[in-house]
Amino acid sequence: MEKFIRHSGRVIPMNRANVDTDAIMPKQYLKCISRYGYGDWVFDSWRYLDPGDVDTPISQRRINPEFELNKPIYSSASVLLAQNNFGCGSSREHAVWGLRDYGIKVIIAPGFPDIFLNNCFANGLLPVRLEQQDVNRLFDLAESDHGLSITIDLDSQDLEFESQKINFKIDENSRQSLIKGYDSIEATLQQSKKIETFERRYFNQYSWLEVDLK
Amino acid sequence: MTKSLFDKIWDSHCVDTNENGTSLLYIDRHVVHEVTSAQAFEGLRAANRGPWRKGSILATPDHQVPTTQRNQGIAAISDGLARLQVKTLDENCNEHDILQFDLDDIRQGIVHVVGPEQGATLPGMTLVCGDSHTSTHGAFAALAQGIGTSEVEHVLATQCLIQKKPLSMRITVDGKLPSGSTAKDLILYIIGQVGMAGANGYVIEYAGTAIRELSMEGRMTVCNMSIEMGARAGFIGFDKTTESYLSGRPFAPRAALQQQALEHWLTLHSDKGASFDKEYIFNSDDITPHVTWGTSPEHVLPITGSVPTPSNLDETQRNQHERALEYMGLSAGMPLIGIPIDRVFVGSCTNGRIEDIRAVAALLDGKTIASTIKEAIVVPGSGLVKAQAEQEGLHEIILSAGFEWRHPGCSMCNAMNPDRLEAGERCASTSNRNFEGRQGTGGRTHLVSPVMAAAAAVSGHLTDARTLDQEE
Repeated sequence: MEKFIRHSGRVIPMNRANVDTDAIMPKQYLKCISRYGYGDWVFDSWRYLDPGDVDTPISQRRINPEFELNKPIYSSASVLLAQNNFGCGSSREHAVWGLRDYGIKVIIAPGFPDIFLNNCFANGLLPVRLEQQDVNRLFDLAESDHGLSITIDLDSQDLEFESQKINFKIDENSRQSLIKGYDSIEATLQQSKKIETFERRYFNQYSWLEVDLK
Repeated sequence: MTKSLFDKIWDSHCVDTNENGTSLLYIDRHVVHEVTSAQAFEGLRAANRGPWRKGSILATPDHQVPTTQRNQGIAAISDGLARLQVKTLDENCNEHDILQFDLDDIRQGIVHVVGPEQGATLPGMTLVCGDSHTSTHGAFAALAQGIGTSEVEHVLATQCLIQKKPLSMRITVDGKLPSGSTAKDLILYIIGQVGMAGANGYVIEYAGTAIRELSMEGRMTVCNMSIEMGARAGFIGFDKTTESYLSGRPFAPRAALQQQALEHWLTLHSDKGASFDKEYIFNSDDITPHVTWGTSPEHVLPITGSVPTPSNLDETQRNQHERALEYMGLSAGMPLIGIPIDRVFVGSCTNGRIEDIRAVAALLDGKTIASTIKEAIVVPGSGLVKAQAEQEGLHEIILSAGFEWRHPGCSMCNAMNPDRLEAGERCASTSNRNFEGRQGTGGRTHLVSPVMAAAAAVSGHLTDARTLDQEE
């Protein structure tokens, strides 16, 4: 996974609470068996005025000019500013793949649901939780005529913008994993001996669980 | 030391905890379906890895499968990509010698119906599945968590989940549910009180006499919707009800092992005096039949209520509320009873079990659905639920009332298959999410219990199942 240490980008404000993963990546795109290629479909029902499916050519879709992502001022933005509980609902990692493939690197909100948080970390996206009042402050700036550019430093855990600074905290394990960009499976497999020892003791105690279903 | 049920399960599965307070949690059971597993298996292949313990995995296709016919197996899936996805699950299970109930197997069905039905979900277990409704299995005093595809791959490869211990919440509902109220009304009410982000970062233990009195099917309905409050998991302590449900299930322990297991299972409850990070106590008298009016499960009210007015809300909430009303085609102040319905869906991992189908058949007996209903379907949660219902003759009552009797799958709950709403259509649905577009782009969902769905089908509009006969 690509390392995440510091990122600067334009902010897209999406001022609605409880944006669910069905809205971020609608069901018809969950038929794909690849991990990549979801960028054109992120927020599909809000972003386009016509219905789409995997085989609908994007060039033929009708763009919804009212939707945040489609406004020229937010084009090529890479920091999504959202309200509470962004990414709730279904566990579909396709939602994060869509955001990642679109070019989102950081999501700022007052709170996130747990499965979505883990899906972000697993794909090198940084979810930043801020106090509601700080989020409101950022919304005011991002929704203003000139928009907002921001720098996120994961080393110091600071957001820097317009000569201001907000400190944020993320779980240390997740921070290390983003900074180092390591393969978490490889890291766990380095503890294979511990898992094997645990397993022996565990099945010794709970022998009825040592069942091979097949 | 006094421990909660959660502490007990967590401690017995903790392989290691590092200096950051993050643990490796051992996983007993991995349940797999077609939509969130292909990329995980592909990841294993690319890294030249295999499953750590293939015998811990149970797979079945459910999300994409058609419910109208089954005799052609995978070939009957009309959408080429969906067909490829189900075929990919088949191939991955064959390649790794994983137990799969495929489309031709009578045991196929919705993962969260099949696992418990087979006794593959056992008390004290940790269980994961790449699906947010995995919390269902918590009804068996298990720690059952929904995970993303990267975590599915991680569990396949290592049999562990990397996790910081979540906070714990206890929700106690004492008393007896009022007559006509069901487990679905109970959980809809709780979601309305706690809110859809109210349990982010928590696991929930459900307790109290109203919970204890529920059947295993009812408990599964309650635990199923824990995720609609953001909870990592929802569970209920072990008792006689759990024990009798499990007895004789194919993968449940037998004879001497059963005795040994039972000794452990009897410890699977929170000790007196155990502490929780947050507590809610509700009174069961308030839990009348409920229905959702908006686009979030927290947008819920008693059926006797009216669509609420967005006063006393902050700006973000008011915007969401107004947006929900616009999407749903409703206006503030409208009584919920009388809202006309186009389609009715009974099924899903929330309400696709035998008890749900019995409740629907009991209400429909001798009645027919309104002529204005475009389609009403009952989709059993598994092939075995379907067979059981047919053995009891329930399908005949359901068919003669004008419902369709389908083959098992997720169906119209997620609309990843041919069962879906058209734009603007309104559905009384026993599923779990009323998000925009959830049941089909532009579709409008009202979440209800199975009896309330059946009553809506008979009336042609949302109605109070308790007074349906007076209405006629």
